[in-house]
Amino acid sequence: MEDYLSLLVEYDVLGAFWVNIQLTLWAGLWSFLLGTLLALMRISPIASLQWLGAAYVNVFRNTPLTIILAFGFLGLFGQLGFTLDEDLNVSLFRIAILGLAIYHAAFVCEAIRSGVNTVPLGQAEAARAIGLSFMPAARLVILPQAFRGAIAPLGNVLIALIKNSTVAAAGSVAIETSTVMKEMIEFRSDVIYPIFFTFAIGFVILVIPIGLLTTWASKKLAVAR
Amino acid sequence: MSAQQVLFDAPGPKSRRNILIGNIIGAIIIVGLIGYLIVALTAQGQFAPERWSPFLEWDTWRFFLLEGLFYTLRAAAISVVTSIIFGLIFGLGRLSHVAAIRWFSGIVVEFFRAVPVLLMMIFFWLLLGNFGIFRPQDSPFVAVILGLTLYNGSVIAELVRSGVHNLPKGQREAGLAIGMTRTQSLRAIEIPQALVAMLPALVSQFVVILKDSALGYIITYSELLAYARRLGSGEGNIFQSLIVAAVIFIIINFLLTSLATKLSRLLSFRTGGKTRKDKNEKVLVADPTNTGTGVGAA
Repeated sequence: MEDYLSLLVEYDVLGAFWVNIQLTLWAGLWSFLLGTLLALMRISPIASLQWLGAAYVNVFRNTPLTIILAFGFLGLFGQLGFTLDEDLNVSLFRIAILGLAIYHAAFVCEAIRSGVNTVPLGQAEAARAIGLSFMPAARLVILPQAFRGAIAPLGNVLIALIKNSTVAAAGSVAIETSTVMKEMIEFRSDVIYPIFFTFAIGFVILVIPIGLLTTWASKKLAVAR
Repeated sequence: MSAQQVLFDAPGPKSRRNILIGNIIGAIIIVGLIGYLIVALTAQGQFAPERWSPFLEWDTWRFFLLEGLFYTLRAAAISVVTSIIFGLIFGLGRLSHVAAIRWFSGIVVEFFRAVPVLLMMIFFWLLLGNFGIFRPQDSPFVAVILGLTLYNGSVIAELVRSGVHNLPKGQREAGLAIGMTRTQSLRAIEIPQALVAMLPALVSQFVVILKDSALGYIITYSELLAYARRLGSGEGNIFQSLIVAAVIFIIINFLLTSLATKLSRLLSFRTGGKTRKDKNEKVLVADPTNTGTGVGAA
């Protein structure tokens, strides 16, 4: 037990989780913006944009996240020399955020589209009846309700994003949880169980409240129909 | 495309013109993006024939891509079977009327759904390496399967549970009325129907398993991505190799996704449960390493 505690002093476990949380928050923000834009494209009357949105979702939903992040590190950074900062570590961190955001935007788009499907037909008819065209109707009538209907699936995307932030290891983000856990176990394999449960419980603590919160919020904010 | 009719009237002449203009602008943006990519990549020499020509050779496919794909499919196929077994056991456990079994299954399922698959894989990989039950070169493979099974099995357990809950109540009553016990009615009537109803969701889950098998790359399991990387470092075309590997994944997963959609249409007449969500109901997103039914969702 003492051995294990001294290990916690030696390795910055909380710091590792903080890196994953930062990855999640930034990737969450960008994927939300990109996903909303894609969802708007998919429900717009313009065929070329619909096509682009659908192609994006189909391509990135079916690509393993590991490939996207490995591509960011080996392809973009390694071969094309693409960087997002002069500091190597910051640059890799940002490329990982980019990869996570690109991947999860496809799921955000689908979540919002499922939210749009919760808005009854009559609402759009009413919006047209008072003379609103597509953008105002989407902005004032459809989307506000769609977001409320999309809270539960968006919460699921956020939970997946937290867990998937560990895959940043494939993008060579070195101090996040999966890498730190690996190093700790390799250094002290005699306390492998406590180490694993420390990290596992950490994710349970992060994930379960978000699940409960979004379920609660989706019920609380659901539009009564 | 169900949202289409929801949001618009049949367009009149003026909006038809606006849509046409929008379409032209959209097309210009798309062509511009693709053109920019092509120009930028050409400047980098990424379209040089020698970077792509390896993919025209049979040996490249035989020794790298198909071999990698074989290992990917092997891990995925075994995990599919073990996940279904795990899912059935714990799904039934959650439906049990013995509170202790219900609680235990619930905790197991919620735990493995919350822990990142990669952490489980790394844990099992290093643990098996310590134990020495498996040959050292096999422990990544076993770790991939264990990680995928625990996670996807838990998701499938939730599918089983929600499948049974979504059946019309009369199904169980009918079973009880003809003198079956609750367990008999569960086994003979409810589970078989729930399985049919959950088949499309199950196929979607296979996509998740196949995609997540690529995590094996991080714990040194030689799957498609690892082979693509090896090929790329050998030929100096890592960029192209990864793209080709991604395209292989996309094609297989796209076919599986289409199969799921087709199945849900076919099977919607076969069961009392739901294989297809109503248009206005919340569509569960076919998950980003799956979040299936959502933590805490009833």
